[in-house]
Amino acid sequence: MYSIEMRGITKKFGTFCANSNVDLLIKKGEIHALLGENGAGKTTLMTVLYGIYGADEGEIFVGGKKMTINSPRDAIANGIGMVHQHFMLVQNFTVAQNIVLGMKNRFWVKLEQVEKELDELSAKYKLKIDPRKKVSELSVGEQERVEIIKALYRKVDVLILDEPTAVLTPQEIDDLFVTLRDLKNAGISIIIITHKLDEVMAVTDTVTVLRHGINEGTISTAETNQKELAKLMVGHEVLLNIEKAESQVGDVVLSVDNVHAIADGVEKLKGISLEVRAGEVLGIAGVDGNGQRELARSIVGLLTKTSGTVTIGGKDVTRSTVKQILDEGVAYIPEDRIKDGLLCEFSIEDNLVLQSTNDYKNGPLISRKKIREHGIEMMKEFDIRAKDVTEPVKLLSGGNQQKIIFGRELTRKPRLLIATQPTRGLDIGAVEYMWTRIEEAKQQGVAVLLISTELDEILTLSDRIEVIYEGEIIGKFEGDDIHKLGLLMAGVKPEETNKTEEKVKEE
Amino acid sequence: MRLVKRNNTDQRTALIRSVVIMIGAILGAFVVGSFLIMAKGVNPVQAYIVLFQGAFGSTYRICETLLRMTPLLIISVGVAIGYRTGMFNMGGEGQFIFGMIGVMIVFLWVPAGIFTLPLAMLSGMLFGGICAGFPGAMKAKYGVSESIINIMLNYIMLYWLSRLLNSVLKDPNGYMPQTALINEKYFFPLLVPNTRLHVGFLIAILVAVTAYIVLFYTTIGFQMRAIGSNIHAARYAGFPVVKLQFLSMFVAGALVGLAGFVEIGGVHHRLMEGISANYGWDAIPIALIGRQNPLAIILSSLLFAAIKVGSNAMQTQLGVPNNIASVLQGLVILFVIGSSILSRYRLEFGSKGKKKKEVKVNA
Repeated sequence: MYSIEMRGITKKFGTFCANSNVDLLIKKGEIHALLGENGAGKTTLMTVLYGIYGADEGEIFVGGKKMTINSPRDAIANGIGMVHQHFMLVQNFTVAQNIVLGMKNRFWVKLEQVEKELDELSAKYKLKIDPRKKVSELSVGEQERVEIIKALYRKVDVLILDEPTAVLTPQEIDDLFVTLRDLKNAGISIIIITHKLDEVMAVTDTVTVLRHGINEGTISTAETNQKELAKLMVGHEVLLNIEKAESQVGDVVLSVDNVHAIADGVEKLKGISLEVRAGEVLGIAGVDGNGQRELARSIVGLLTKTSGTVTIGGKDVTRSTVKQILDEGVAYIPEDRIKDGLLCEFSIEDNLVLQSTNDYKNGPLISRKKIREHGIEMMKEFDIRAKDVTEPVKLLSGGNQQKIIFGRELTRKPRLLIATQPTRGLDIGAVEYMWTRIEEAKQQGVAVLLISTELDEILTLSDRIEVIYEGEIIGKFEGDDIHKLGLLMAGVKPEETNKTEEKVKEE
Repeated sequence: MRLVKRNNTDQRTALIRSVVIMIGAILGAFVVGSFLIMAKGVNPVQAYIVLFQGAFGSTYRICETLLRMTPLLIISVGVAIGYRTGMFNMGGEGQFIFGMIGVMIVFLWVPAGIFTLPLAMLSGMLFGGICAGFPGAMKAKYGVSESIINIMLNYIMLYWLSRLLNSVLKDPNGYMPQTALINEKYFFPLLVPNTRLHVGFLIAILVAVTAYIVLFYTTIGFQMRAIGSNIHAARYAGFPVVKLQFLSMFVAGALVGLAGFVEIGGVHHRLMEGISANYGWDAIPIALIGRQNPLAIILSSLLFAAIKVGSNAMQTQLGVPNNIASVLQGLVILFVIGSSILSRYRLEFGSKGKKKKEVKVNA
């Protein structure tokens, strides 16, 4: 008897298939890990279960009965609760106020009664929380508990936690695990979305691995080990064959030396160093959120470095402005193309000349005609598919949007190309296109820094691979033992890797 | 009745459609306004004819409307420039007053000469620019809400003007809280004899056309619009975001100051209390209805000026209170903003094809 059965779930976004015929079976009173790389479709699957997205195909059974879940409200009515990665709490409300917020059929709220009920709940599940405190006074770990108790108050018996440890300190993580075990003993089923192997081993009963939207297997945690899970999670099949030619490796173009940087009050780069030479691709692998975004932003000058130096072509650009750095011949593919790379309300032609409007002038004024001619030419050259160059970029598919960014950046004749997540969310045809363009740029002598969480991408394109973990380069990867790379990405240092292997052998 | 998303259409069709929708919305506002006029026991058709004639019925009337339109146009263009860069100028009233103080300082205290007029203009623009530039800099640099500072400055300027008009700026030969008249040789020349329309109108048109060219045909304008559209992408592209945001707000204020110069030189020839007929506030919906496009704002400011001037005729001839002008303006704003959804969605009537929400079975 399963408390949740998801059968044959398929969810597509345009041409991109986020979940493909996925089965997921959750037993009553177990802690079930949903493990996978970023973009593997874990969160999508859970948002389908929670009613945020409707599935294109497939069925959901709750307690053995087939259900249609159209909204989070339906999900909660069916006893399914979800704690999102980013907490949905009103900071200057008390815990109790947050918990009654948005509850149905409650015009008059007796806050004192709610507080009493919460005290009882927190005693029952051993969730230490003071319902009278304001959320802004709570630590992140306590806020997580508020989110959990919020779900419990709505009488759920299946709890989905999306990357619950992402923002917690090690001590808070231990506390959370104690809480989860208590909940489990009280008969609540828990689904944890994660990409951290050690956590899977530490707290779960069963683990389901997703990769590229496909269920790679459901295993009992006791019968598996980190090595096997890493292999399942990372997998390795070359999806596409890009003709990779040996290129002439030249001088060092980019050199990052012991850079520290703080973003959102947290030190995200902790002494990172790397070098990229002309005509090579340096792949930076790593699980999302380990400082990749900050690394790219600090190189192009969007993030202030607290210490360390960045040199491009021998010139110190540590304190230079974004414009000065871009003018050194740096092309940049940001990871979030809609937010950072494009003006979505603007036309294709305008986006193609974003930084270079000065080159399309007639006297002192911008020439619409020259911009249009350039746009038409670029649409052909970069195979941008749209009705017209004047079409706003927001109407295009992700692949075509990314082609605009590639086209714009590569025609600036860069000597350094920084590409972060260049194919996130793209369909296979577009992926192949972007990869080919990156390979071409490399052969033309451009130094390429490829930052990606997609291992296939890193393995296909890179000449050298280094792994970033918690703001540092944790190790270089050589050879083709793919699970070693997986372990590096999970934060297991090379010496520890050997130990783990020995342990496995001993067993 | 329900809304259905429109299919993507080409830009020309979209433009024509949005113009038609806007005209329809304005007519709709007048239809609803007619109920209020009927409530006063007046035939609304007759009232609107009087309103139209009051605004456009004779050369004099047309000139009155254009006169009224002049400061509105200049200030609204400033609002649009700020808005395009992501800065919301709610401080027009304060900038108008401060700008005019700058103008009067030159007229009253700087020895007269051939440079007096341009100097007064620049002084007004500088004062207005500073008054807007300060909140602009705070917003661009530190993320402080420019609207709050601007609104506060409105009050500070209002009471400060009152203080000055009762002390140093007060006309030594008069009793009223107002300045002396400026030298008659600095009165703006009239455009049409026997009317009040002065060359300031041409300045206003020039401002609108220049702003259009700057916004759409220069790199700096492109970068400003990029900031307003997506500030993150603008930062990634290396645009000087902080400088341009400050600049756009400064220019917005400088244009308000210019409007102050035009009002003093062309109409009032002195500074007194209550000189701003709500121009700073009216400019915001005018810019909004003109879709922040300086050329379209020429038309929207004409519309608002015509309603204001025409409603005076409605009051004198038919006894409909001229407050109806404010009501009509409000209705126009509501209808235009409300109808803008129709450029993205179309209305579909009847229940044909209506999907019934799937009935959920509860466990």
